Amino acid sequence: MAKVVVVTSGKGGVGKTTTTAALGAALAQIGQKVVIVDFDVGLRNLDLVMGAERRVVYDLINVIQGIAKLQQALIRDKRVDTLALLPASQTRDKDALTEDGVRRVIAQLRQMFDWVICDSPAGIERGATLAMRFADIAVIVTNPEVSSVRDSDRIIGLLDAKTLKAERGERIDKHLLITRYDQTRAARGEMLCIDDVLEILSTPLLGIVPESEEVLRASNLGSPVTLSNSGSGAARAYFDAARRLMGENIEMTVPSDKVGLFGKLFGRRAA
Amino acid sequence: MTSVVDARQATATRFVCRSYLAVVLTPEPPIVEWIAEIDQRIKGAESFLGGAPVVVDLNAVKLSKLAIVHLISELEQRGIRVLGLENVDAFSTGAGLPPLLRSSHSGTVIPDRAAPPAHDVRKEPTTLLLDKPIRSGQSIFFPDGDVTVLGSVASGAELVAGGSIHVYGTLRGRAMAGSHGNSRARIFCNKIEAELLAIGGYYLTAEAIDQFPKGPVQAWLEGDAVKIATLDR
Repeated sequence: MAKVVVVTSGKGGVGKTTTTAALGAALAQIGQKVVIVDFDVGLRNLDLVMGAERRVVYDLINVIQGIAKLQQALIRDKRVDTLALLPASQTRDKDALTEDGVRRVIAQLRQMFDWVICDSPAGIERGATLAMRFADIAVIVTNPEVSSVRDSDRIIGLLDAKTLKAERGERIDKHLLITRYDQTRAARGEMLCIDDVLEILSTPLLGIVPESEEVLRASNLGSPVTLSNSGSGAARAYFDAARRLMGENIEMTVPSDKVGLFGKLFGRRAA
Repeated sequence: MTSVVDARQATATRFVCRSYLAVVLTPEPPIVEWIAEIDQRIKGAESFLGGAPVVVDLNAVKLSKLAIVHLISELEQRGIRVLGLENVDAFSTGAGLPPLLRSSHSGTVIPDRAAPPAHDVRKEPTTLLLDKPIRSGQSIFFPDGDVTVLGSVASGAELVAGGSIHVYGTLRGRAMAGSHGNSRARIFCNKIEAELLAIGGYYLTAEAIDQFPKGPVQAWLEGDAVKIATLDR
C-alpha cells in the first residue's frame, strides 16, 4: 500500500525542498519506488535541486488540466532508477490547482509508487492545504528558532483540521524533522535546543539534520545531498530519517560533518 | 391556496433570537479621566477589544442625552464600536444612539457565598475536555462552563470559557475565564507564559504575568485585580 507523505513547515526557507529531495533519494537508494511532487506552483525549486530543470516538458498543472498524461510529465532520475519527479508549473499560479485534479493525480501515483512525497509551498494558503490534503504522513520541517517553531505549530493545527484524514476522524501521522541544527550554538543558548522544540510542539521526532555546507553545495550541483555526498552529516541524518519512516528503530543522534584523520589523509569523495 | 402563501410569508419574516458575546465597558466619573484610562489600557492590548462588539453600561454615571452622544463618538474615534447601552433611561437613548439592552445579569447583586451566585446559573454548567495540545491560531470558545486542556496552549492560540480554565501543560496563549462576568472563575496551569489572562472581564497583560514564578499557578479575581499565586504541592 503506497504512502503519501507531505513535507511542510509553515515557515519558508527551513528546508522543505531539500528534505523532500534528500528523503526521496534516500528511500529510493534503499530500494523503494519513490515519486517526489512539487506543489509550489509559480516558484518551483524541486526540479533545480534534483538537477532536472532542463528536462521539464510537462508539469503537475498540465496533468491536472488533461493536457498531458502523467507518464509524460514524470521525470525519471538518471542516477537512481526508482526515483521520479513530478515538477510544478513555473508560469501559472496556485489557483490552477484544483482539489479534484490533485486527488486524481495522487490516486494514480499511489498505483505506481511505494512513496509519494509532496513538497509543500510555504504558508497556509491553498498550495499548502492542497499539498497536505491527501497525505497519510506529515513531516514537519522546523529550524530550532522561534518563528519557525511557532509557524510549525500553526501548520500542525492545520494538519489536524484540513486533511482528508482529519475530516474522517482519523489522525494523520505527524513527525518533526529539525533541520539546520548547530550543536555549539544551541549550547551557547543562541538557538533553541531540541528539548525546547519538542516541548513546544509535542510531536514525535523523526530526525535532527545538522547545519551543513554540503546542502548548499549539493543543491548548486543539482543533486540531493543524500546522492552527492552520502557520507556527510546531513546525508547520514536523512538516511536515518528515511529508515525511521520505514519503521526502523534507530537511535536519535546528530551526525557530524567532521571528517576523521583517515578522511583527511585520503580526501573527500568527488561529488 | 391563501394559507400556503401565508405560511411562506411567515417563514420569510421569522424573528430568530441569538445571543452574542460582547465586552462591557462601565464608565465611571469623571468621564474624561475614564476615557484617558481606556486609551492607556488599549495601548497594551489592542487585540483584546479589536472588533468585538462593545456594550456600554451607564449605571455608574448620570449622563444627559447629549453627553451620551459625545461619549459614543469619543469611543468610535478610538475604534470602539458600541452595540448597545445598558442601565439608562429609555428617553435618554433613541434615534441615532445605540439601543437600550436589558441584560439577564442586571438586578441586585447577590453577595458572595460558598454557593455560586444565582444570576450565573442559567443552565447546568458543563465541561469541555480537550485532550490534545491547542495549536497556534486555534480559538476555543465555550461559554457554557469550564474548559480543561490535557496539553499545552501554544502562543497565538486563545481560550474563552464561561467558567474556569484548567491547562495541564504550559499556557502560552490567551486565556479568558468567566467570560459572562463570572468573577469566581479561575485559571489553573502547570506553567504560565501567557500572553493575556482575563477573569470576568478584568485582564492582566504579559508584562505583569512575566513577574510571576513559572511553576504551577492559579489565577483568580480579587475585586478588580487578577491575582496569581503558585499552587503549593
